[in-house]
Amino acid sequence: MTDTVANQVPLVDYLVLADTPHLVAQECTSCGARYFDRRNACASCFATKFRQVDIATTGVVRTFTIVAYAAPGIPVPFVSAVIDCEGTSVRANLIEVEADPDHVSTGMRVELATYSLGVDDNGTEAIGFGFRPVSS
Amino acid sequence: MSASDEIWILGIHMTKFGKHPDRDVVDLGAEAIMGALADAQVTMADIGILAAGNLMGSGGLGQQLQKQVGQTGIPVFNVSNACATGATALRTAIMAVKAGEVDMGLAVGVEKLAGAGLLGGGGKSKSDDKVWAPSGRYGAVAPTDGRIGTDTMPGVFAQIGMEYGHKYGGTSFELFARISEKNHSHSTLNPLAAYNKAMSLEQIMGDIMIAYPNTRPMCSANCDGASAAVVVSGAKLKTLSLEQQRRAVKVSASVLTTDPWQEACQILPDVNTLTRNAARKAYEQAGVGPEDLDLVELHDCFATAELVHYDNLMLCEEGGAVDFFNSGAPWRDGRLPVNVSGGLQSKGHPISATGIANIWEVCQHLRNEGGQRQIEGAKVGLAHVIGLGSACGIHVLESSAA
Repeated sequence: MTDTVANQVPLVDYLVLADTPHLVAQECTSCGARYFDRRNACASCFATKFRQVDIATTGVVRTFTIVAYAAPGIPVPFVSAVIDCEGTSVRANLIEVEADPDHVSTGMRVELATYSLGVDDNGTEAIGFGFRPVSS
Repeated sequence: MSASDEIWILGIHMTKFGKHPDRDVVDLGAEAIMGALADAQVTMADIGILAAGNLMGSGGLGQQLQKQVGQTGIPVFNVSNACATGATALRTAIMAVKAGEVDMGLAVGVEKLAGAGLLGGGGKSKSDDKVWAPSGRYGAVAPTDGRIGTDTMPGVFAQIGMEYGHKYGGTSFELFARISEKNHSHSTLNPLAAYNKAMSLEQIMGDIMIAYPNTRPMCSANCDGASAAVVVSGAKLKTLSLEQQRRAVKVSASVLTTDPWQEACQILPDVNTLTRNAARKAYEQAGVGPEDLDLVELHDCFATAELVHYDNLMLCEEGGAVDFFNSGAPWRDGRLPVNVSGGLQSKGHPISATGIANIWEVCQHLRNEGGQRQIEGAKVGLAHVIGLGSACGIHVLESSAA
């Protein structure tokens, strides 16, 4: 495999594969509401101007579930969670942790991490993200 | 006709919920309509509007049903509003009566869902050529379900219950399982429930895990079923027989809400705010408070959901849902019985039928026709549904004073 860095794509367009990978959001310049997708107008205040902002890469698990039964082709079990990243809620899997209730809890501190989803026929590697426990 | 302040349920019916392999949505919907008309002691000739709810079908159900029960040329509204579809159909008929356009309306909700399996998950499958090509609103190069959290209903509602626990404390796998134990116990008295077997706490906790902490019996049961209701204005009701007036159930409040914007609502559906808003509005419309309720049928699509709705419907103090459950209040012999029908976990959840079937259940008790599961002396009840997206329907019902 050659030239992997040049030929990487993020799983979603709000994941930025910089030196420090991070998520970005569209923030309403009027009220500060944040969105990971495009909006014609702000759902909170109806203003129409947005700017791109970086989302904190660390946060606290506010809720989670351990999915044991999913659609065909999705590896289980996995941990689905909502992470409070310094005031912005982020949806992600928890990774690099045992998927059982003894190892996952609300209130856990976590940080963003990336992983490879594999290389396609053109030699492009897709990069996904998740949040892993912060080693204290 | 003029605008009507008073709305009454004149007749209502639900089919047996469960597997109906030999009957389609039209058969089931027609049975519910014929049942509701007979219960109301009226015919299609009396009906001024039909609202028909169905989610998974191909559309146009209302017209197909007319061909089975009577084509009178009245307007048909085919409605679809996630799990609140039935309540939305009823609300549509109520609005037409309320506006004074008609004095009698009919609403029906029907779904074929037996064997449907897991709802909400999956997403687009990859093409045969393995090329990472961005698509959709997030420019995703691969399906995000399972990679960026879960889209499946058991997982989404598991997170909703776990979030409540994080905020207020006191929740556990066992607590959620006990809620399910209650509903399965209640279902033993309901012959129309899809499942009416009691389950022990050990059975529930030991069953197949779907999305922690929801095991299979803690999830709503996919099944077939239909329900229908005839609504009438107060003025029209006065012209009907004393028997019809005696059995009529007053709709003291009919409310439909959607999500107001909340910080996290793009990440995890917020089923709390719109339910609380709908409840507040419903109590205000009805002029009753939660303390006046004799029974509640709420949207326990998962055991984790029932807990948060004790709080959202203000059946307890804010943050007090765990204590409310632990007090025994929502059991059928408790202070405020919740889901005496068995709830969605055992009665079943044929999506579009649910929002009228829960009203049927409340009506049975308010008419003192609840049979072996009658809540004695019930005068006021509340029925609640929520569909993700979201839509919340709440109806407050009162027995006839006539």
